[in-house]
Amino acid sequence: MSLRRLPPGFREENIDLDTEEFFVNMGPQHPSTHGALRLALRLDGETIIEVVPHFGYIHRGIEKQAESMSYLQYIALSDRQDYLTAIQNNWGVCLALEKGLGIGVPERGEYIRVMLAELGRIASHLVFYACFGGDLGGQTALLFGFKEREMIHDILDEVTGSRLTTNFFRPGGSVHDVPDTFIPRVTSFLKHLEKTMVDYERFLSTNIIVLERTKGIGILSKEDAIAYGCSGPVLRASGVSYDVRKNDPYGIYSQLDFNVPVTYNGDTYDRYVVRIAEIHESIKILRQCIKQFPEGPYRGQEKASIRLKPGSYYSATETAKGLYATYVVAVSGDKPYRIHTRGPSFANLAALNTMVQGHKISDLVSILATLDPVIPEIDR
Amino acid sequence: MIDPVISHPLGDFIREIIPIPEISFLINALISIIAICAVAIGTAPILIYMERKICAHIQCRLGPMRLGFHGTLQTIADVMKLLFKEVYAPKGADKFLFYLAPMISLTAPFLALTMIPFDHNLQVANLSVGIPFIIAVNGFGILGILIGGWASNNKYSLLGSLRSGAQMISYEISFALVLLFVVMVSGSANLMDITQSQSGTILDWWIFKIPVLGFIAFIMFFISSTAELNRAPFDIAEAEQELTGGYHTEYNGTAFAMFYLAEYINLVTTSSLATTCFLGGFYPPLIGIESIDTLLLKVPGFIWFAGKVFFMISAYMVVRWTFVRPRVDQLMDFEWKFLLPANLLLLALGATYIAIIG
Repeated sequence: MSLRRLPPGFREENIDLDTEEFFVNMGPQHPSTHGALRLALRLDGETIIEVVPHFGYIHRGIEKQAESMSYLQYIALSDRQDYLTAIQNNWGVCLALEKGLGIGVPERGEYIRVMLAELGRIASHLVFYACFGGDLGGQTALLFGFKEREMIHDILDEVTGSRLTTNFFRPGGSVHDVPDTFIPRVTSFLKHLEKTMVDYERFLSTNIIVLERTKGIGILSKEDAIAYGCSGPVLRASGVSYDVRKNDPYGIYSQLDFNVPVTYNGDTYDRYVVRIAEIHESIKILRQCIKQFPEGPYRGQEKASIRLKPGSYYSATETAKGLYATYVVAVSGDKPYRIHTRGPSFANLAALNTMVQGHKISDLVSILATLDPVIPEIDR
Repeated sequence: MIDPVISHPLGDFIREIIPIPEISFLINALISIIAICAVAIGTAPILIYMERKICAHIQCRLGPMRLGFHGTLQTIADVMKLLFKEVYAPKGADKFLFYLAPMISLTAPFLALTMIPFDHNLQVANLSVGIPFIIAVNGFGILGILIGGWASNNKYSLLGSLRSGAQMISYEISFALVLLFVVMVSGSANLMDITQSQSGTILDWWIFKIPVLGFIAFIMFFISSTAELNRAPFDIAEAEQELTGGYHTEYNGTAFAMFYLAEYINLVTTSSLATTCFLGGFYPPLIGIESIDTLLLKVPGFIWFAGKVFFMISAYMVVRWTFVRPRVDQLMDFEWKFLLPANLLLLALGATYIAIIG
């Protein structure tokens, strides 16, 4: 028996020299790791024994950068974390800043926030649908999901001036008001989306191969999901009904009528179903907002420079991926002493090893897709 | 074994000017082999263009549009790019096997294509053991993938080639059994004889001639040949999302082009086989109404044949872009626990049918 050197991260005591295990580096350049993520796989044939995720390939030190930037400049950096939920990240940061400033948001401003955030949620879940279908081998689903997402981006483009990195919300409201065409465009888009979602669901939800591939695969138990700090659809698919919008409402979510979809098996299929159900809930929220969309100012007090009262401020929001929290420590001046972000993708990725053990490489790909990780948010 | 006297104007002419039968046979064989290669290689760019367009329209996009009319020249540009690329083997690869693999892959479908009767007088070799020959040659093609994956010195390639080895060898059994069904009902393994047994109206084609059973056999052939072709949804050997490219991950330039070409020529071969065995070969779809039938008969047989082949190819392409990929163990389960028993049952039912009615 001689000692064999294992790649970094693997536990040494698991070595059994008689088996023919081998190691594969999946990524950082691999079609289905969703960016620069490297998964070191320990394989027995095609069966996965252990997975060690390595990340940090695109670490930019956003939290450190924030310390030398004004608060307003940091809002732009929050876009660059989870680029699929950029507008929701903006909101999370603004919530923390508003607590520090002690200001509120006028009603119209709140409605603009909710509507844009829900549009962003739909866009993010559509990207999930696309990547999930694509990773299962259905290239057609990949294109389907992105088609409707483009329409949302067109709306965001008109409102915020940017498709992906919106940088739109400010403490007290938003940069500017929505154009008159906003409500009609959202209305017609929702009508279109409801029609196409029927087709899209038929394409994957009832396909026998998809069901065979996803049911009972990658089970994450309720206890594990809580222990790993999972949030968002990953947590709710494991049977925990926790949604910040319901449990700790911010904005005007407490006035809106919507459900939190929960499923109880915690497998790949459930995580898919939860996200599809959330698209429908978002449509419901948007419909209510369109009906009640008020007139009035879109932004409260405007200030030349934003100086937070000394202290620490915490905000928690529910992005499409899960719990996105910002913690700001202000000491003096117009720059934060420290900003820390709690990102959902980072915590969700931690559960990967538990979920994939004993499954095949094909299942690893689909399980990873249902975690829906965005690498810039993991690396920050 | 090879019947050298296939009546054909060109063949007759060569036999006339060169009286020595051995030499005229060789010349004839060379000409026909070159012709079949030229046709097959010429079809491949059309198929690639077709696949891109079909895939694009299924996915609500336009596909290639820039080069030539509706992107028709795109494939040619791609072929040029592949041909002028430098071919190199990765470090640690077995160079000899690495370059041998694509050649083997490309040879197999060409060999199978020589058995196919395209028209009454249009067949390279009229073997009495046509079907067994095709099955044997198909098995030979797997070697190319296995060797290629092994010689690449890449873990993804190895996994891909192991997967394809398991998959193709399993599905070969179903593939052979369905062809055996056709051999049984038509009473010959010669492809020309099989075609001629389907002369008459459209209802004499083997897909319709035996009620229900023929159609089931056709569906089974379609499934097992999709697996044989390594095409989605059974493309677990390539599985881009899982294995980046499977057995051809490390190939580039001409070597990759040969694998790519082999895939499409395989498609032509398998579709031709389906046409010959189930869809009446080069016979037009006569419907029993004389005025229409005389019109249909005026169209030459090879055009009917090409039409049916392209119909089959379109079916393969639509299926490819509609389904997701099963997992490797599910694929094996499906073959050994469902398709193979069903095939044996089909064979038994077919035999019973012939014994009682036919």
